[in-house]
Amino acid sequence: MNFDLAILSLIIAAGSIGAILFRDLVHSVLSLAVTFFGLAGVYLRLGAEFIAFSQVIVYVGAVAILALFVVILTRKGERAAESRFSADRLLPLAVCSMLFVGLAAAAWSSSIKSRPELASATASMRQLGRELMSSYVVPLEVLGLLLTACMIGATILALNDDRESNPDEDKPHSSH
Amino acid sequence: MLPYLLISSLLFSSGLAAALLRRNAVMVLIGIELMLNAANLNFIVFWKYGPGPATLSPILFVLFSIAIAAAEAGVGLALILAIHRHRQTTNVDEMDSLRG
Repeated sequence: MNFDLAILSLIIAAGSIGAILFRDLVHSVLSLAVTFFGLAGVYLRLGAEFIAFSQVIVYVGAVAILALFVVILTRKGERAAESRFSADRLLPLAVCSMLFVGLAAAAWSSSIKSRPELASATASMRQLGRELMSSYVVPLEVLGLLLTACMIGATILALNDDRESNPDEDKPHSSH
Repeated sequence: MLPYLLISSLLFSSGLAAALLRRNAVMVLIGIELMLNAANLNFIVFWKYGPGPATLSPILFVLFSIAIAAAEAGVGLALILAIHRHRQTTNVDEMDSLRG
């Protein structure tokens, strides 16, 4: 295990565990952005440069910032005294740790872990562009359609529908 | 390739933990994003350390997966905003009704 990979895995582990444990949601989301950065570093190390840069642009630049905005916008309904974890936490914790141990043991005991690196596994931008415009042109177009539909759907969902609401509904629900 | 596989299993387990343990709906969505990232990392690792002649399909698959995850995050966060406007909560334990 090399030094740079050790640092990257430390960043990823600290970021993802911090995202679960931080009490403040803003800290959780920023910790998640750190995880995504570390993951981009791992992609760079594996020779997938384009994926690394899309990871930074899409995840750090868009998803994490969008989550940050939603956290800030929905903050006022939050009650500080509440626990950040669900009521039932022992079983999920046991399931997750068992899953990690199982996956790590499976990777550890498998024969593929000593497989050498493929020398032919390189992805230049030119090759990727050619593939996207030839064999993968239909998925690319479908993806464009999907993203447009998502953009319209998200806008409609987040639109303020003030017309239908009467003034009583603006108050917070006092039940629960 | 063992360290990469350990990283991706840690990412998947912590994503599952975030989705199952946290109360806030934003954190549930973020946990799902972490799990998707673990899958993407596995795609790239098995591309780099695969058995055969390398093709570009895994890279393009990850590219499409990133785009779909971004779309999912956008719609999911818009849904959380809409639910917050109607119910004044982002707690998944309190989202127990299908009526608006």
